[in-house]
Amino acid sequence: MAPIDTGDTAFVLLSASLVLFMTPGLALFYGGMVRAKNVLSTIMQSVFAAGVITVVWVLAGYTLAFGSATGPLGGFIGGLEHLGFSGILGQVTGTIPTGAFAIYQCMFAVITPALITGAFAERMKFRAWALLSVLWVLVVYAPVAHWVWGGGWMAAMGVKDFAGGIVVHATSGAAALVAAIMLGRRLGHGTSEIAPHNLTMTLLGAGILWFGWFGFNAGSALAANEQAVSAFIATHVAAAAGMLAWLAAERYHSGRATTLGAATGAVAGLATVTPASGFVTPLSALLIGTVAGVVCYGAVLLKNRFGYDDSLDVVGVHGVGGVLGSLMIALLAAKSVGGVSGLIEGNTSLVIPQLVGVTVAVAYSLTATWAILKVIDLTVGLRVDEDIEISGLDLAEHAEVGYSL
Amino acid sequence: MKKIEAIIKPHKLDEVKEALNALGVAGMTVSDVRGYGRQKGHTEIYRGAEYTVDFVPKVKVEIVVDDMLAVAAEEAIVAAARTEKIGDGKVFIYDCESAVRIRTGERGPEAL
Repeated sequence: MAPIDTGDTAFVLLSASLVLFMTPGLALFYGGMVRAKNVLSTIMQSVFAAGVITVVWVLAGYTLAFGSATGPLGGFIGGLEHLGFSGILGQVTGTIPTGAFAIYQCMFAVITPALITGAFAERMKFRAWALLSVLWVLVVYAPVAHWVWGGGWMAAMGVKDFAGGIVVHATSGAAALVAAIMLGRRLGHGTSEIAPHNLTMTLLGAGILWFGWFGFNAGSALAANEQAVSAFIATHVAAAAGMLAWLAAERYHSGRATTLGAATGAVAGLATVTPASGFVTPLSALLIGTVAGVVCYGAVLLKNRFGYDDSLDVVGVHGVGGVLGSLMIALLAAKSVGGVSGLIEGNTSLVIPQLVGVTVAVAYSLTATWAILKVIDLTVGLRVDEDIEISGLDLAEHAEVGYSL
Repeated sequence: MKKIEAIIKPHKLDEVKEALNALGVAGMTVSDVRGYGRQKGHTEIYRGAEYTVDFVPKVKVEIVVDDMLAVAAEEAIVAAARTEKIGDGKVFIYDCESAVRIRTGERGPEAL
């Protein structure tokens, strides 16, 4: 057994805490963008994921993602030897105890389904979300995590995803697209004002996301080493560039630089650099963030043209960002940073794996999410009744209101 | 007695209040309201999507005064609330049939 490095272990445990903190950050980010009557139900969807997905992860999710990759099904799903986190204590992964790795990965499993909630904000039944979150982690997240990170078939063909461009952002973005289309548009969407009720909350949430993202990306090195430092720098640089690029694009397009644009641009930069963060130089991260700000802004505008109601732009920001960043690895990977070269260093061998990885993950998430939502629709139903949607979900679904002034 | 209802720009509330105080108007009721007249609304932009907000925030001031004070109060409100830009608001004046001070049961102008 390899020796445990205490510095690495401390770093990964702290990174796990940072990633957990992203989930309430996301709750505030989304909560500020909905109307006041739905603020609690929106926040609850993310907060609930921290509870239910943790339990699901310990019981079964972890072993489906990171159980043994041997046997006929080993390329597609992990073995069942770690059900209930059994057989983890006393083991070592790299230079850290396997338990540290398992709980670090738990935080990723929590936030990934929470990202999807922005797509169906203000109209999904809480019961439907409870079912969707559990089924989605077991059926979509855990297998894809196994393919890429658990020694599955994508890992075998050389797909690179440092911190979750494919596993987290592309899968959740694809699920968001399906969910937005299947649930349909909010009542009054396109005809009456449906504007954010508290952007100060959204900006605070974006700040917490940015802060937590250092654990997400730098922590993915699973060691306090040079690659973690590279990922930390790339994360910060891309967030900053994403913000500036988004603001420039909207200033040019709509005449104003908005606070929501600043927050969204930073998150777009963060999501896009995630898969590449351990593989690229600071200047490449600057490029990734800049491209992310402009492309994601365009993707969000496109939504209005297509007419579907991805309420809080999960597809435009996370889906598009995750895909974009995963593909940009093939172009910008630097051997000195992550040990692999991209096209700029003359290596073409990443292009096919990245294209295949992204395409299959997106296609799988689209299909499987559709099937899960279909089952939920036929059993408990997806959408709240019209009168509840009009009066607000907080009171009807949770018997509370966000503000009594 | 007259009831005067004034819809004014929110930032003019303090000046209107002081002008009425100076006249000896003993109390007032204020509410935050939204509405539009000739001014119409404004545009908000969220992630590139433009929203037209028809209703503009205003403050509604309600007072009831003795008949003798009504004209002076109206003039004081108009003078204090005027910016000469669109959206200054309006003043409505009604006859007020009766008034009661709940604590003492006084009626009429004594109740004001």
